Amino acid sequence: MQYSEKVMDHFNNPRNVGVIDDADGVGEVGNPVCGDMMKISIKVDDDSISDVMFQTLGCGAAIATSSIVTEMAKGMTLEQAVAISKKQVADELDGLPPAKMHCSILATDGLKAAVDDYLNKNGREPISGGLAHDDPNFDPHAIEPEEVCDVEG
Amino acid sequence: MSDNRFVYFDYAATTPVDPRVLDAMTPYFTELFGNANSLYGVGRQAFNALEDARSRVARSIGAAEPREIIFTSGGTESDNAAIIGITRAIAPKGGHVIVSAFEHHAILGPAHLLEKDGYDVTYLRPRADGVVHVEDLQSALREDTVLVSVMHANNELGTIQPIAELAAAAHASGALMHTDAAQSVGQIPFNVVELGIDAATFSSHKIYGPKGVGVLYLRRGVRFQPQINGGGQEFKRRSGTQNVGGAIGFATALELMLEDQSEEIARLTGLREKFEKGVISALENTEVSAKADNRLPNIAHMLIKGVEGESMLLQLDAKGVAVSTGSACSSGSLEPSHVLLSIGCPQELAHGSLRASFGRFTTEEDIDYFLEVFPPIVNRLRAMSPVYDKMFGSSAK
Repeated sequence: MQYSEKVMDHFNNPRNVGVIDDADGVGEVGNPVCGDMMKISIKVDDDSISDVMFQTLGCGAAIATSSIVTEMAKGMTLEQAVAISKKQVADELDGLPPAKMHCSILATDGLKAAVDDYLNKNGREPISGGLAHDDPNFDPHAIEPEEVCDVEG
Repeated sequence: MSDNRFVYFDYAATTPVDPRVLDAMTPYFTELFGNANSLYGVGRQAFNALEDARSRVARSIGAAEPREIIFTSGGTESDNAAIIGITRAIAPKGGHVIVSAFEHHAILGPAHLLEKDGYDVTYLRPRADGVVHVEDLQSALREDTVLVSVMHANNELGTIQPIAELAAAAHASGALMHTDAAQSVGQIPFNVVELGIDAATFSSHKIYGPKGVGVLYLRRGVRFQPQINGGGQEFKRRSGTQNVGGAIGFATALELMLEDQSEEIARLTGLREKFEKGVISALENTEVSAKADNRLPNIAHMLIKGVEGESMLLQLDAKGVAVSTGSACSSGSLEPSHVLLSIGCPQELAHGSLRASFGRFTTEEDIDYFLEVFPPIVNRLRAMSPVYDKMFGSSAK
């Protein structure tokens, strides 16, 4: 298993680390028992994400995907942000090892949770369509067969 | 601090071949290439060299006779052969086997196989100190127990097991005793007669010998069903043309370990203590994983709370330091180390385990360098964690 240069760059120099004190929305996903946990806070301006910061406990891929998702989300509308897929996150990092694809779910779920939190605080309906982490059968360490065989597919 | 420094703290994973070992082996790959089973000149040379290596290994571990030494392809083969070969020979129709729960997968794998085939297997749990206690074995032994296998020293925690007492308990109940000594032979005194064991596993590449070579010690009289069948080499116990160079490599490597064993025990214990004390005094919420005092001199295993192991490992790698971790993420398995879970370590702490193992070429300066680069890495990762303060209290030192 080997990480791409871009993964290592985002792991060694993660962007946007920290907490926004007056955040408009906060998402917290994962569980220390699984070894992965992410907290993401966003500022929202006219239904677009104007600022975003994260904290992550986890492996190299968990930290790198958290970092890249903050870069991707900045400037996006809320709809665009919740539509970011784990595959887009992996592609943006020039790929992830098959066993690490699940790590990007932490980042996309974290962002979705933050957006829904913002909407909820403002009396609006959530738009994320639910989190993978909310599914009781979700196994953050499961390797989906197609990910092993065909990362691009 | 130098940027291209390389500090290897993973001797328990594997070791470099000692140049003296390589020199002893080399001729047997080229001019002395004969098949040890051939009757003509180069064959006889190879045979004599192989048998010499066998005698030297037998002497080094206190075996009564050279023919109790069976050369194999490594520790995994020896473990498989011991668990399956002994159990099936003695109890072809089923029976009970006891292995400790923190054995290497090379023991657990064949134990699962036996279980599938209808044998009863007890996975005996060590206690929180990292030791399998003899009373626990006594209550697990049954009338139909065929074989007990407990490793001499645990490969992650470094804890040394009371093999002589465990073997005596097994024998009192009519069972045989195997021990996987891959991690301990050469590092600490090991004598098959003093330990009273019937079978043992050794691996060459853990002691500065070549990879792909191991030994199964089988006390004379122990019934055994060969697991690799063919030409009947190794006294009909392990077929296949022998790796003469490898056997010589292992014999030489083992003798070199014994040559300065007591000095190395003292030196490595000093380095390990310096490492453990250094980490604990530089970082809060760190501790030695298993509390037993009787541990291998060369393995430090620690819990670095609130940090995930793979991220520690990668950051240390960036500083030129090679270590290992029991975190799920680094192993590619779904769970953190079964060894840590077996001694009752909570999962969230097991993810943050760190094993540093030292060896022949480790210096005090290596430890100093580690203690310089490691605390900032941990502090940075803890500062990046959303839950460190919540879970472990005050902010990092």
